[in-house]
Amino acid sequence: MIQIPKSKFLCLAKCAKIRKKMMFRAEEYQRYNRHLIMPEVGLAGQAKLQQAKVLVVGAGGLGCPVLQYLAAAGVGNLGIVDGDKIDISNLQRQILYTTAELGQSKARVAQTKIQALNPHVYSQAFDTHLTRDNALKIIADYDLVVDCTDNFPTRYLINDACVILQKTLIFGAIYKFEGQVSVFNFPLSEQERSATYRCLFPKMPNAAEVPNCAEAGVIGVLPGIIGTLQANEVIKIIVGLGEPLANQIWLLDALTLQSRKIKFKRIPEQANISQLTDYQEVCITSPNKNPIKSISPQTLQSELTTGKDWQIIDVREDYEFEICHLPQAQLIPLGQIRHHIAQIATHQPVVVYCHHGMRSAKAIQELQKIYPFNNLYNLAGGIHAWATEVDIEMMTY
Amino acid sequence: MNIQIQLFGITRDIVGQNQCQVSLTDSATVADLLQQLKIDYPELARLSSLLVAVNSEYADNQTLIRLGDEVALIPPVSGG
Repeated sequence: MIQIPKSKFLCLAKCAKIRKKMMFRAEEYQRYNRHLIMPEVGLAGQAKLQQAKVLVVGAGGLGCPVLQYLAAAGVGNLGIVDGDKIDISNLQRQILYTTAELGQSKARVAQTKIQALNPHVYSQAFDTHLTRDNALKIIADYDLVVDCTDNFPTRYLINDACVILQKTLIFGAIYKFEGQVSVFNFPLSEQERSATYRCLFPKMPNAAEVPNCAEAGVIGVLPGIIGTLQANEVIKIIVGLGEPLANQIWLLDALTLQSRKIKFKRIPEQANISQLTDYQEVCITSPNKNPIKSISPQTLQSELTTGKDWQIIDVREDYEFEICHLPQAQLIPLGQIRHHIAQIATHQPVVVYCHHGMRSAKAIQELQKIYPFNNLYNLAGGIHAWATEVDIEMMTY
Repeated sequence: MNIQIQLFGITRDIVGQNQCQVSLTDSATVADLLQQLKIDYPELARLSSLLVAVNSEYADNQTLIRLGDEVALIPPVSGG
């Protein structure tokens, strides 16, 4: 049984004023014992955690450990934003979820799990993607925002919304075996805040430029490491411990366990943001004057069933093609597409697809750079969307 | 002078190694370095945001590079 040392009780008694304000239940003194016995946290620090409101955007690989550790630590008010459903390919790293919960809302399942972990925490699930229309409204109610998302448009949206609303942003991102952690827009004084995401990377990369986890893969424990460090930064900032990673980005290479901190500064013109823009559109079209056209699985299906002659190009890898493919699809993996440009039709519509639509967007972009095709269409959502919306008997992965 | 560049994220995949070497004239800047890298590895030119760190500090285009400097090429990553 966990017992609070007597000396600690004396200390707690001295803090009667704080105790009244926070109203911890008896069970909570035991629950948070390992925090309370450290003078650096103590009752005052635990009270700060209880009064904190933290919004976690994305309940995936990073969001799972962030939510678990913040709930366990007694952060009093947690918001969870995620519009996705639990997919079997998530379970390799998204440790809040189980096989039995496939297809359920991530935000709602995550909420149920953290309430079970710590019933003293108040939480709210937002079963929606963060968008230009809802971002300011949702973020405004919280003190700190944790970016656990998996795409650039949402990362830039969160950055800009946090700048506008003057919120501190705890950033984490992963790629294969590498991770990045930083704290943006942190108040250094009453007038001054630390650097933002745009001070590091002013221009949002386009969709086809840098692959995400679904495209490039990620080692399963990496989001655990990076998400745990994000949670650590959140707790440090709330309690007022140590040095938050403001004006610094921490990089980890999990293959060598080498890490480094890069210092950077706020660039006033990058932090001068007064309104949100249209992030999705900027992401897809900004670096390419020739925009990528897309076609929905339903439209493609009706085109094919009415006998229209489409060329179908699959830009995934061999092993993915073996799992499933569209009838009559030609396999040209993305890495080889530029060498097979002669096989791409110019006088009939061509649909290009991959798993989720990112590699095929990249393929179209590459092809359009070499030749002014105007007949290429990206299958929106890739073969995964085809399998879930049109051909439900098709195998998914 | 030959400068050793540490690579991260997609730049590793483009170059095919964790580091690479670039030959620069004395008193070259970060802008010169990027220009040379894009000649050596044309695919780097398609990255719209690329952070260059010199001796573990953010370096803008005008920053001078000296022999022995520790240079890193850090692209944004989006996974979560």
